[in-house]
Amino acid sequence: MSETSAIVAETAARIFEDLADPQTVNQAKDESWQAPLWSSLEESGLTLAWVPDTLGGAGASLSDGFEVVKVAGRFAATVPLAETLLAGWLLSEAGLSSPTGAMTVAPSRWSDELKIDAAGVLTGKARNVPFGKSAEHIAVLADGPSGPVVALVKLSDVRPSDGHNLAGDSSVEIAFDKIKAVAHAAAPAGLDRQRFMLLGATVRANQMAGALETVLAITTRYAGERVAFEKTISKFQAVQHNLARLAGETAAAVAAAGSAADTFANGILDDRFFLEAAGAKVRVSEAATEGASIGHQVHGAIGFTKEHILHRFTLRLWSWRDDFGNESDWAVRLGRMIAAKGADELWPLVASR
Amino acid sequence: MTAAIQFDQLRLPPECEKLRDEVRAFIAEETEGGSIKPTGATGGDSFSREFSRKVGAKGWLGMTWPKKYGGHERTFLERYVVTEELRVANAPTRLHFVADRQSGPILLKYAPEHIKMKVLPAICRGECCFAIGMSEPNSGSDLFAARTKATKTDGGWLINGTKIWTSNAHQADYMIGLFRTSAPTKENRRHGLTQFLVDMKTKGITCNPVYQITGHHDFNEVVFEDAFVPDDHVLGEIDGAWKQATSELAYERSGPERFLETYYVLEELVRVLGPDPDVRGAEGLGRLVAQLHTLRRMSVSVAGMLHAGKEPVLEAAIVKDVGTIWEQRLPHRARELAAFSEPEATNQIPFDKKLAYATTIAPKLTIQGGTTEVLRGIIARGLGLR
Repeated sequence: MSETSAIVAETAARIFEDLADPQTVNQAKDESWQAPLWSSLEESGLTLAWVPDTLGGAGASLSDGFEVVKVAGRFAATVPLAETLLAGWLLSEAGLSSPTGAMTVAPSRWSDELKIDAAGVLTGKARNVPFGKSAEHIAVLADGPSGPVVALVKLSDVRPSDGHNLAGDSSVEIAFDKIKAVAHAAAPAGLDRQRFMLLGATVRANQMAGALETVLAITTRYAGERVAFEKTISKFQAVQHNLARLAGETAAAVAAAGSAADTFANGILDDRFFLEAAGAKVRVSEAATEGASIGHQVHGAIGFTKEHILHRFTLRLWSWRDDFGNESDWAVRLGRMIAAKGADELWPLVASR
Repeated sequence: MTAAIQFDQLRLPPECEKLRDEVRAFIAEETEGGSIKPTGATGGDSFSREFSRKVGAKGWLGMTWPKKYGGHERTFLERYVVTEELRVANAPTRLHFVADRQSGPILLKYAPEHIKMKVLPAICRGECCFAIGMSEPNSGSDLFAARTKATKTDGGWLINGTKIWTSNAHQADYMIGLFRTSAPTKENRRHGLTQFLVDMKTKGITCNPVYQITGHHDFNEVVFEDAFVPDDHVLGEIDGAWKQATSELAYERSGPERFLETYYVLEELVRVLGPDPDVRGAEGLGRLVAQLHTLRRMSVSVAGMLHAGKEPVLEAAIVKDVGTIWEQRLPHRARELAAFSEPEATNQIPFDKKLAYATTIAPKLTIQGGTTEVLRGIIARGLGLR
């Protein structure tokens, strides 16, 4: 991690610690904690980290942004920080300015069909749009008459459905019924659905890696505190082995997600990025499945309660597996790419990273 | 909430990629010449004096050691590239692998100068095979239960007892053995063991073959009957072996050989599935490749952290735990994924052959060099649980 990335990550962590401590948030009666958190993130430029200053953003590096995303995952805070970063990046790529306030993005599903005409009128449906209820704008990558187009839409112009993910965060369906975009521009060459999904997958993978780090940390701590059969449960070999496996899954997630982020941040966008990003989403999602269940197993009944913070992480880990391509989906795509290249190309590709 | 697990994003530097090209050219030549057999499975487990000598002549043994001992003063990252390329090619590295990876570094650290001058250059030439004398009939993972005795005598030590599961012993030039020189103390049950360099030609050493489930002879029972080892062959502190040889473990645990041992099955699976697999085959393959890529990134990252002078003990143990389980499961996953392949497929025969071999060697992968159970104990310690 570069020095600036470390500073940015520290800034983000401090804001979350102060305003979105998982324990405090978990006990909150309402969502009034979200507004001060969001304004603090916005004031420090983190929400538009990936937008150059000429387009209204903070102009931070791609690596800095990924660090922010990972920290956000560590706190499992329910604000659309990752989505706003992603939306800002998408708009900037097409040369569009970013508005202030929270944003989200579409598509987050491969099956979404989104079209835009030459006048900037959108049709189609986006499913499982994260924070589609609470954000103010949505950045959409749609199929235009002559290639992919980036469009900015005011969410008050559409009527999002009700809906939420396992963790209760809004995750909605948005029907674009001839909706006029606030702004739109052609996506630059190379920025198509696949590249956008790969970046979305990389962002989610990094949030998930952060969430797994916290699951490992709180589970390890709990095992050292909880006494059963007259000793802390951390002294039981069966528990130690579960935690070692959780550490292994967390390690895999951290390594894969970090590697994909590093690849994108270095401007590598060919098959190597495909391997990295698709590979990360597959492996991190597998780690989420394994890791979350170990976290719950070690915590026992208390971890299964609303009152405990564990669910803030595990429910999101499970949900995030499905955003920007789930592990089965990416595995099929990756497998097809490898098969088409042939056996002799497999190792050279793996070794190129 | 601090992150306990760290993986620096290291990419291998340009000199490594240049070296990789050289290694691949060498592999292509050797495949052409017949010393590497791409259709066979047992290659990586084969012992070839000729091949090891060629690897030595290339300057790829003792790569990181000082030049005065025949080494090449190159980086651990360069060694990493040579190791992974030879492993993936399933090249016959058995003769030199242990010597190069772990015995040489122990000698470098603990052997007297004249021994280093004699043995290390031979390892670098690819002429010297090492065995590791640790396990005994009643001492496996519990190393400190070792009972084979070294008794002080005039000018040296007399060894008596039995080592077992000793790979290579029947063709090794030397063994680095762990022998009991004193009884353990009440305070420290690890006290009393000493490391020795043993010339396998010494009178009083007998190797009896122990055949493995693969049908191959790799294991041995090594019996010591008053075998004499001179004083200058003691490696490190007498009675204090437990303090030694822990620092190198991170290298041993995190290398590419900890997840690539059955790689040839994956490559062959790609051939069996063909260029346009069905969804089931594609998903299975994609998952395996994602897992392999992740493991390699973890392993390269640990190599980079070691290279940078850090001590990623926890991360290295994790690489071996996750990596060996992966390479152990690989043949079984490949079998499932190939279940509906055309029996007439042109490469079905090499696939079946490689799969059969990988399936039979798979059980050892999570046992050798520290069992899964021991590793998880180490990881638990790294997490602060014990």
